Amino acid sequence: MDKATEIRSAAGDRVLHKGNFLKAVWAVVWKDLQAEFRSRELFSAMLVFSLLIILIFNFALELDVKTRQSVTAGVLWATFAFAGTLGLNRSMAIEKDRGCLDGLLLAPVDRSAIYFGKVISNLAFMLIVELIVLPVYSVLYSVNLFQPGLLLVILLGSIGYVGVGTLLSTMSVQTRTRDILLPILLFPVVIPVLLAAVKASSGFLANADWEEIILPLNLLIAYDVIFIALAFMVFDSVVEE
Amino acid sequence: MQPKPLALRILDIVALIVLGIATYMALNAPTERVMGEVQKVFYFHIGTAWTALLGFILAAVFSVVYLVTKDLKWDRLQVAAIEVSLVFFLITIVLGSIWARPAWNTWWTWDPRLTTAAVTELIYVAYFMLRQGIDDPDRRARFGAVYALVGGLSAPITFFAIRLFRTIHPVVIGGTNPEADGGFSMTADMRTAFFFGLFAFTIIFIDLFWNRIRLGDLQEKVEQLKLKVSM
Repeated sequence: MDKATEIRSAAGDRVLHKGNFLKAVWAVVWKDLQAEFRSRELFSAMLVFSLLIILIFNFALELDVKTRQSVTAGVLWATFAFAGTLGLNRSMAIEKDRGCLDGLLLAPVDRSAIYFGKVISNLAFMLIVELIVLPVYSVLYSVNLFQPGLLLVILLGSIGYVGVGTLLSTMSVQTRTRDILLPILLFPVVIPVLLAAVKASSGFLANADWEEIILPLNLLIAYDVIFIALAFMVFDSVVEE
Repeated sequence: MQPKPLALRILDIVALIVLGIATYMALNAPTERVMGEVQKVFYFHIGTAWTALLGFILAAVFSVVYLVTKDLKWDRLQVAAIEVSLVFFLITIVLGSIWARPAWNTWWTWDPRLTTAAVTELIYVAYFMLRQGIDDPDRRARFGAVYALVGGLSAPITFFAIRLFRTIHPVVIGGTNPEADGGFSMTADMRTAFFFGLFAFTIIFIDLFWNRIRLGDLQEKVEQLKLKVSM
């Protein structure tokens, strides 16, 4: 092959590759959603677990009217964080158990496509669970949680949480202590997300000034961008054999 | 087995000597008027804190270098830096707690620095738990590097996130926070003791770091010999 054809074919590969990237991401997402739609094991476990956590908080904190106002945001985020690890762990463990991860890695696509696919499907599970927990919580404690601002915070917080969580769960399922390791790895590094999300959520719930809310909101966006970019860069070295 | 290099042996002795001098200077520095003797904790508190942070930053740098070069040497450097820093940071927290009891009337508060310190300590404990669960040295190094990078980025963000709230931690050097509690200004003698403390702990850190790297190299050699015997 002469040099000109070589360059041309490399350029052609790249054009092809760009279209393929989104297709590959979508394929991973679709595969996860379809598998979940058939078994429903991950979703039902996450949902029941989150309802149980809310129940436990009810007894642990004596959620009467006065306490409720100050702790609602905290209870919600603690619930999402705990239920989230359950989902992240399971979603990656399935890939590892049945050798699916090796199959995915053999596919001739960029590895980061696998990462983004897993992030989107994990995010979808988490958001669905959150969308069910919110009305349940609203009914149980008669607070209106369906406010656009709060939903935005939940979306941004979940993106950050799942973005880091997917990277870390990919590592944790490949270790000997895989059942217990994920929360230990994940919680200390997502503290900024939880902190900012709780602050912004309680700001929205208390109808606080925009100035008070914008700071944690910016922090959430910054965290999401930084950590998804980092995960994108290092994901290769986490799945490499 | 190769003997300890001469330079390292000399450094060992120097580290011991400077530790002795730093202790002497801290004990003989003027006693602070309000807090009294307990303020002397400060000379070691800052020394261990600064070297521990230095080690964590070095570890994040080694992560990047390892992920680019894939040379296990950088992994050994990273483990050494994190291990020594973890111990130094624990000492910082304990010393701070001893000081806080009389100065703030509590062992612990959820101040940004204290909280970040606790979170950072937990991140690097998790780092060692992650490494322990992996047998393959290459994978262990890769995962360790990735996690040290994630943790090294998240710790400063945690600090700024908690800074959204108030702080009562005093900033003795170049800081004025009217809300801070337990701040003071230093006399010339105190300043000498303080800077000598920083210097001493830097030397001690380098010495321990070097010893730990040597230990890592020896471990690596033992592993290789074991492999050779079993084959």
